[in-house]
Amino acid sequence: MSIQVQGATKRFGDFVALDNVSLEVPDGSLTALLGPSGGGKSTLLRVIAGLEDPDSGRVLISGEDATVTPARKRGVGFVFQHYAPFKHMTVRDNVAFGLKIRKTPKDKTRDRVDELLGLVHLEGFADRYPAQLSGGQRQRMALARALAVQPRVLLLDEPFGALDATVRKELRAWLRRLHEEVHVTTIFVTHDQEEAMEVAEQIVVLNHGRIEQVGSPRDLYEMPANEFVMSFVGPVNRLGDGLVRPHDLVLSRDDDAGGIEAMVSRVVHLGFEVRVELTLSDGSPLSAQITRVEADELELSAGDIVYVRTEAPRVFSESERPSETP
Amino acid sequence: MGRYALRFAALGYLGVLLALPVGYVFYRAFEHGFAAAWDSVTTPAAQHAFWLTCEMVAIAVPLNTLFGVICALVLVRQRFRGRALLSAAIDLPFAVSPVVIGLALFLVYGRNGWFGAWLLDHGIQVIFSVPGMVLATIFVSLPFVVREVVPVLREIGTEQEQAAATLGATPLQTFLRITLPAIRWGVAYGVVLTTARALGEFGAISIVSGKLVGQTETLTLHVENRFQAFDLTGAYAAAVVLALMAIGTLLAMNVFKPKEGTR
Repeated sequence: MSIQVQGATKRFGDFVALDNVSLEVPDGSLTALLGPSGGGKSTLLRVIAGLEDPDSGRVLISGEDATVTPARKRGVGFVFQHYAPFKHMTVRDNVAFGLKIRKTPKDKTRDRVDELLGLVHLEGFADRYPAQLSGGQRQRMALARALAVQPRVLLLDEPFGALDATVRKELRAWLRRLHEEVHVTTIFVTHDQEEAMEVAEQIVVLNHGRIEQVGSPRDLYEMPANEFVMSFVGPVNRLGDGLVRPHDLVLSRDDDAGGIEAMVSRVVHLGFEVRVELTLSDGSPLSAQITRVEADELELSAGDIVYVRTEAPRVFSESERPSETP
Repeated sequence: MGRYALRFAALGYLGVLLALPVGYVFYRAFEHGFAAAWDSVTTPAAQHAFWLTCEMVAIAVPLNTLFGVICALVLVRQRFRGRALLSAAIDLPFAVSPVVIGLALFLVYGRNGWFGAWLLDHGIQVIFSVPGMVLATIFVSLPFVVREVVPVLREIGTEQEQAAATLGATPLQTFLRITLPAIRWGVAYGVVLTTARALGEFGAISIVSGKLVGQTETLTLHVENRFQAFDLTGAYAAAVVLALMAIGTLLAMNVFKPKEGTR
């Protein structure tokens, strides 16, 4: 189901969590809300779920105004950052909760729970309590619980935030596959740009309670709307008035082709790529990313002088600068 | 060695100040044989006192449990002016001597009190009667459930309740299926403490009851009555009955408590 948010504003005391946010999430899409902490992404998710009432603005779910609909009637599945397991219930009872509330017949509930436990690979854990599960297992249980009631929309708050790096990577790929199987409109919150790029079809960048840009991962990376987005979705260097990605810098040993003089301060081998840390004549640092072949040809070592060229540093006008905190 | 010294200190303190005197009461109760003790707790006055005490507990505990849970929910989950005042007011029965509470009730509900005359005109006698004693018992045993439930509620947070809401549960369903099971040990412990306090109430009740034997005499008052009358076996035996009721309450909680790991 599609989701529309129109002009949502939410304050907590003096803090503006959402500042007139409008957003459209198409039916069946997989969308990431990306931004720094305190940027408003969790609040936006909670407003969509009905766990938070916006001070003003509207929420539409599949075209119907749901602004005053209580959370329990919105048909959303919500996975909390710390999973909010029902600690006094087994995994089976956790997953069955929504079905029991809906007075689903017992045998039907049993079949559906078994099916879901299979989907999230927790077949053997039905009779355990949440305290007896690992973080990743608890996460998948929470997901199964949310999916049990066949929500129109699946909302996930920092779904991988509390997990270690390996489990995180696995679950990302798994969430993507799950979305292809279940095909429910999904929105997840993350502060990790790599995660957003890897999993989502559409990314919404939020900062200071405002939407900075909405686009595909590629759009965001190649056509950032402003400085904030450019620096948030990948590493950047400041060069004069503009910003440039480290891999857009070209290094050469002679100054025939022009370029800015810089001194190599460190060469870092990252495998296929090599990061060259440079210092400009005015003392400001610059980081270039080149291939190993290029690095071998240049035979760089600390203290060498090189000349730096770039196609076109991206210059953003004042209005495209990130909005300041009020 | 330090371990044993600590253990000795803890057990020694309990032994000298608690176990020894209570144990001695048990000993003195049965000094003249079980039959003598049994006879003295089965007199009409003693039996009446026993049932009256049970009545106090049966009214005060459920009311204070209900009020305690509601009050804890309000204190933890709601933000409003005067919240700190409410929190302090709940501790008042801890801070104020039961005798003062008894006097206060006397002033409000007595024959010359604010409501006393009006209530008497409508056929309700509060002071020197059961209603006043129930009020006193409720008053002195009020804070326990609130104080036990508040920290548990704070610890469980609201996420589980929000999760239940997104899964379609109404506020009542959420309370019964999520909140109540999560706080049940706090409630149970609060109930035990409330019961124990209600059983043992003496100060406030001794003022509002008028100590009418066979009418408004509870077990604690009965113990005092027997003691004053030099019927020591009667006093000790009634004291043993009180102690056994309290111990029974504590044991009941342990019986119903599930095994670790399923909480």
